[in-house]
Amino acid sequence: MSRIKNAFENKKAFIAFLTAGDPDYETSIKNFKAVIEAGADLIEVGIPFSDPIAEGPVIQEADIRALGSGMTTDKVFQLVKELRADYDIPIVFMTYANPVYHYGADRFFKNAAEAGADGIIIPDCPFEERHEFDETAAKYGIDFISMIAPTSEDRIKTIAAQAKGFIYVVSSLGVTGVRSEITTDLDSIMRLIKEATDTPAAIGFGISTPGQAAAMSKKADGVIVGSAMVRIVAKYGKEAPEKLAEYVHSMIMAI
Amino acid sequence: MSNVYENTVKGRFGEFGGQYIPETLMNEIHKLEAAYEYYKNDPEFVAELDKLNREYAGRPSLLYYAEKMTRNLGGAKIYLKREDLNHTGSHKINNVLGQVLLAKKMGKTRVIAETGAGQHGVATATAAALMDMECEIFMGEEDTIRQSLNVYRMELLGAKVHAVKTGTKVLKDAVNEAMREWTSRVDDTLYVLGSVMGPHPFPTIVRDFQSVISKESRAQILEAEGKLPDVVIACVGGGSNAIGSFYEYIKDEGVKLIGCEAAGLGVDNPKNAATMANGSLGIFHGMKSLFCQDEYGQIAPVYSISAGLDYPGIGPEHAYLASIGRAQYVPITDEEAVQAFEYLSRTEGIIPAIESSHAVAHVMKIAPTMPKDSIIVCTISGRGDKDVAAIARYRGVNISD
Repeated sequence: MSRIKNAFENKKAFIAFLTAGDPDYETSIKNFKAVIEAGADLIEVGIPFSDPIAEGPVIQEADIRALGSGMTTDKVFQLVKELRADYDIPIVFMTYANPVYHYGADRFFKNAAEAGADGIIIPDCPFEERHEFDETAAKYGIDFISMIAPTSEDRIKTIAAQAKGFIYVVSSLGVTGVRSEITTDLDSIMRLIKEATDTPAAIGFGISTPGQAAAMSKKADGVIVGSAMVRIVAKYGKEAPEKLAEYVHSMIMAI
Repeated sequence: MSNVYENTVKGRFGEFGGQYIPETLMNEIHKLEAAYEYYKNDPEFVAELDKLNREYAGRPSLLYYAEKMTRNLGGAKIYLKREDLNHTGSHKINNVLGQVLLAKKMGKTRVIAETGAGQHGVATATAAALMDMECEIFMGEEDTIRQSLNVYRMELLGAKVHAVKTGTKVLKDAVNEAMREWTSRVDDTLYVLGSVMGPHPFPTIVRDFQSVISKESRAQILEAEGKLPDVVIACVGGGSNAIGSFYEYIKDEGVKLIGCEAAGLGVDNPKNAATMANGSLGIFHGMKSLFCQDEYGQIAPVYSISAGLDYPGIGPEHAYLASIGRAQYVPITDEEAVQAFEYLSRTEGIIPAIESSHAVAHVMKIAPTMPKDSIIVCTISGRGDKDVAAIARYRGVNISD
């Protein structure tokens, strides 16, 4: 059974995103460990990309810091391998089509599986183009995670019916980043998803406060937090592990 | 090679193309595709666009016999397709009139666009002013400095210009930012893409609107010479003027098609933007095509003296035409382009855009090697007024513009 299912077993999942290698390899490992120890149910490991078109400024800058520190896809695999040695938590990659495609999809997913990853999110690979990656990913036991957006409308059921691992529900239009409020009719979207599948669905984009996490976790099976965590990494540098742990704890208490 | 597209599926050119964009944009891109499929055959739309092309843009553009240049180079007869004479000074108007009219028909009230040199931004701002659309342009901060005159032109035309400060601060970053903006506001907004790139249907839409160049030049050369050209030459960044210049000749097997890409300081120097020479297969900006990138698929910073060719990828149809050998792509350095810029100015009294000068440079290389009864058609994609200050700086002359 996929580890991803464990994250949603009898609870609302708190899914934490950090960019691998931000600001450097050693601090990044410590940050991930702190987040896991603090009780995150699933971690998203961002493989930095030069041109992340779905990201807002906070994660764009994290990608620049990580690449600047010499982070590469192979080093991200190494990082996951190190985490996997100590933890059984589900680990999902988040990156863009080109780092996977240009590395060679077969080689990528083989190495990802060997490192201990369970899934992958590729925001610039929509449903229509999923065959570029999903079969190869499946061959190595990696779930290709589908995304559903506020504009998906008639596509929701089709996407949900074929989803693997979990469904990433995009809370708002635009790119990743902290938002003061989320106005999308997520209840309707969740209803359509639930009509089509038992695969759990988590909401991400714009969630930063315990209050938002509480509200979103009532609607979905989990909440995904990225930019708010990356902001802590940017602000506290080497002191980030402790601050991240505090933050994750406050978010988990809220959901 | 009667039909080079016979093995191609919708939205693809061979293996190139596709729709690699966030889910948020998928329904919108399907709507755009459906609207385009409808309006391209709608007689009213076709008539309106034709009228705009004739009465506003100044089409057909001239096919000018460059007699002095021909004599001076001593080989093939050289014809210049004068897209520089279009309203707004470049071929970009061909595409934007079509796309902004399409946006209007779709009920949009706002258009956004990326721009490199500013030609596409100026053209979009112009069409938006004419058709009463709100307009916002994304331009790399470095390009806003290189092409400050065009920034002011866009503002004069009523557009809001965003200087993009992320990444390498040039054209690719402007595309990133325009895409991000589009995902945040799709209902009333069309992203008017400026080149034959991005997700399907953009490469096809832009190519169709630009193919007016070769539709005209093919008829004009047959009228003037009674035969087809031996070679058609155009510069290539993303590739819109080139595909427009090539398209109607693709079926004419005897016509050689040559795209000239920006080699910057040289293809072996890291400072270049020669995607065909140095690029490899990748997926970026919505399409599978060739890109300048490193072993991990990180998009490489590129460089060219020309802000309009300073792009790390190339349109999927060009990648396909190259892969089947139907078109050939050659690198031209900054220095060669600047020499061609000066040569055409002196010889014919035509100051070409620095982008177009890359095509002129290749004409200067091959014309002398061709027989006197052979013909070259070279597209002058834009006029060079915008480049005068930069070329002066390149030559060590300081002028204030």
